[in-house]
Amino acid sequence: MDNNKNLSNTKNSSGFKKFIASNGSVRFMGTVVSIVMGLVLGLILLLATNAPFAIDGMSKILTTAFVDDTGFTKLLYEATPLILVGLSVGFASKTGLFNIGAPGQYTMGACFGLVGCIHFQLPWPVCLVLAAIGGAIWGIFPGLFKALFNVNEVITSIMFNWIAVFSVNLAISNIPKMVSTDWGQANTDKTPTLGLANPNGKIPQGFLGEMFWSDYANIGIFIAIAIAIIIYIVLNKTTFGYELKACGLSQHAGIYAGIKAKRNMVLSMVIAGALAGIGGGLFYLSGVEQFAIVKVVNGMGFNGIPVALLAYNNPLGVIFSSLFIALVNVGGEQLQPDFATQTIDIIIAAIIYFSAFSLVVQQIIRRFLKADESNVNAEPAPVNKENTKVKDNKTEVIVKDADKEVTK
Amino acid sequence: MDVLANILSATVIFAVPLLLVALGGMFSERSGVINLALEGIMIMGALFSCLVLNKMNLVDGMASPDSFGAQNPILAMFIAILVAALVGMIYALLLAFAAINLKADQTIGGTALNMLAPGLAVVITWAIQGEAQTTVLIPDWVRITKANFGGDPMVNGFWDTIFFKSFYLTTPIAIIVLVATVIVLYKTKFGLRLRACGEHPQAADSVGINVYKMRYAGVMISGALAGIGGLAFTVAAGSGFTAEVGGYGFLALAVMIFGNWKPLNILGASCFFALFKVIGSYTSSIPFLPKFEGVANSGYIYNMLPYIVTMIVLILTSKNSAAPKAEGIPYDKGQR
Repeated sequence: MDNNKNLSNTKNSSGFKKFIASNGSVRFMGTVVSIVMGLVLGLILLLATNAPFAIDGMSKILTTAFVDDTGFTKLLYEATPLILVGLSVGFASKTGLFNIGAPGQYTMGACFGLVGCIHFQLPWPVCLVLAAIGGAIWGIFPGLFKALFNVNEVITSIMFNWIAVFSVNLAISNIPKMVSTDWGQANTDKTPTLGLANPNGKIPQGFLGEMFWSDYANIGIFIAIAIAIIIYIVLNKTTFGYELKACGLSQHAGIYAGIKAKRNMVLSMVIAGALAGIGGGLFYLSGVEQFAIVKVVNGMGFNGIPVALLAYNNPLGVIFSSLFIALVNVGGEQLQPDFATQTIDIIIAAIIYFSAFSLVVQQIIRRFLKADESNVNAEPAPVNKENTKVKDNKTEVIVKDADKEVTK
Repeated sequence: MDVLANILSATVIFAVPLLLVALGGMFSERSGVINLALEGIMIMGALFSCLVLNKMNLVDGMASPDSFGAQNPILAMFIAILVAALVGMIYALLLAFAAINLKADQTIGGTALNMLAPGLAVVITWAIQGEAQTTVLIPDWVRITKANFGGDPMVNGFWDTIFFKSFYLTTPIAIIVLVATVIVLYKTKFGLRLRACGEHPQAADSVGINVYKMRYAGVMISGALAGIGGLAFTVAAGSGFTAEVGGYGFLALAVMIFGNWKPLNILGASCFFALFKVIGSYTSSIPFLPKFEGVANSGYIYNMLPYIVTMIVLILTSKNSAAPKAEGIPYDKGQR
């Protein structure tokens, strides 16, 4: 049987790679389909609200990021924290935990990074490490409370999101030199601009600053991509990552196999927290936006959920889903006054919703690939023949996938 | 005493939306579907009911004391509550479809609906009220005063403050909903079946219960209650609808877990949480609390209070948590 052959193939590493690649690319196509469906719905919405400007609005959404330096660097600037919060949510999901606490970890990371930068006048790499520590501390709680006291990680995360908001507000208002008025600037509820407070604590613009004439340009995006690659390697090429995934698929099987499930649960949340914390650090240490004291939970952390969902929690996929969401967000800012900026949220929400259809879509794609061999060849290289062997029974593939990961 | 009365009255008014929405979440989770979309459903329910309230306050496009709403405030509010429930139910159908029919990861539908709601709310209010007019004002007759019962609104004793300082039709509705929930969940065939679908859907199916139908029912009840909860939050918050419900959907989710998926515990949890939240914001008028002099913005310390106290209680009580066993797992008839 083809399927058995494929299973034995997985022992050999090149066959294994191809298998994942093909499975991944069908998933990728599923995502593309949901993106297209979401954009079509967006276009309909634009037509319904302000028909004469609809086409113009749609092209603004998709192209603003490419018309000038500001647009393009802003795309990279906005994608940077998205990648990290997406990685945070995705990493926790791989371990079977739902990290809705990314907003709190993100805020904590931003606070630690900024305190290091402004109060202690540290250079930016140290500040980033501090941001990671801040986020990691906030990640300990959900993991530890779940492991020790059986408290649902969702409720701990939600509570700690709010505790983060208020304790960060408290910290910023009480640590000397943290508010912009201490530096002769006007706002009592914002941190000072980093150019004034500590130019060394600002993430450098690097060669991006030479290539693009824009304040948004900084090397944060490369740090984010590098971290995504590291997380990918940790998850897929190390024993630790394998243990995490095994516990995520079936905790009991993991324990039976001698994996310390509770320790891994805590570690996974700590790493997820650190990732979200670095996200907060990268965003605010870029010096474009000042941290503001507000009484609501920061929305950026929640954006990690759609980013991770669109990427199927794959760390490398997160890079692309972040870039896409940043792309439409940057475009969406140009929609006013013809349309409400919130139209973008509707489009993104629709894309996420349609990705729920992706199981169905993927099945159709696999069937389509099987029915028409010539079409398979038209697909990008990794899809090829492996895929045609796999596709005939999707559920079996998933089961196999799980088997493989546990018995590898 | 005035402070105490104010605190109690404010506690009730903030406990009501938490209670309604958490009960809603409970219905959904008891049927086996995690309803992460509570926040979004609240927004949609609040949006449409506030628009309806606003509409009922108008005569020929102008606010007028002769309008239908001003003449029959309680009836008008009741209609608004029905609208909120209906809209919430319809919106929740989207979640049900993704989670039950498509068997998608249940966080997908919830996340999508949460993102969709505020955006949709802004676009719809703009379309109705004109560009950048995001706030939907609520007419002031929605508050039930002593005059509605023939009393003198000028007299403000201790009990008057507790009962009438902020009394809306949503409060008695919440009490009715709570009683009905207890009865439906524990005393009816429907409730038993619903719970069975959340604990062990395969077993439920094997005795002829339609799991998909029960889960749809759970999610739709959840939508109706969350919709009403959205209206209850908006009238309590006081300044009209601004396309958000202040994270109460997520808090309600926490309250539901805190209440261990049981209606009476949820009542206790929402009152407990609301009480500490109110104490947190009334600290300046409570004499015996420490004032933390020398700390800038010390109010934030008390703002953290409800969350920290809840965490402590949870740590002490969570050992015997009773989450429905099959929640979050799409039911597939072919799987055993």
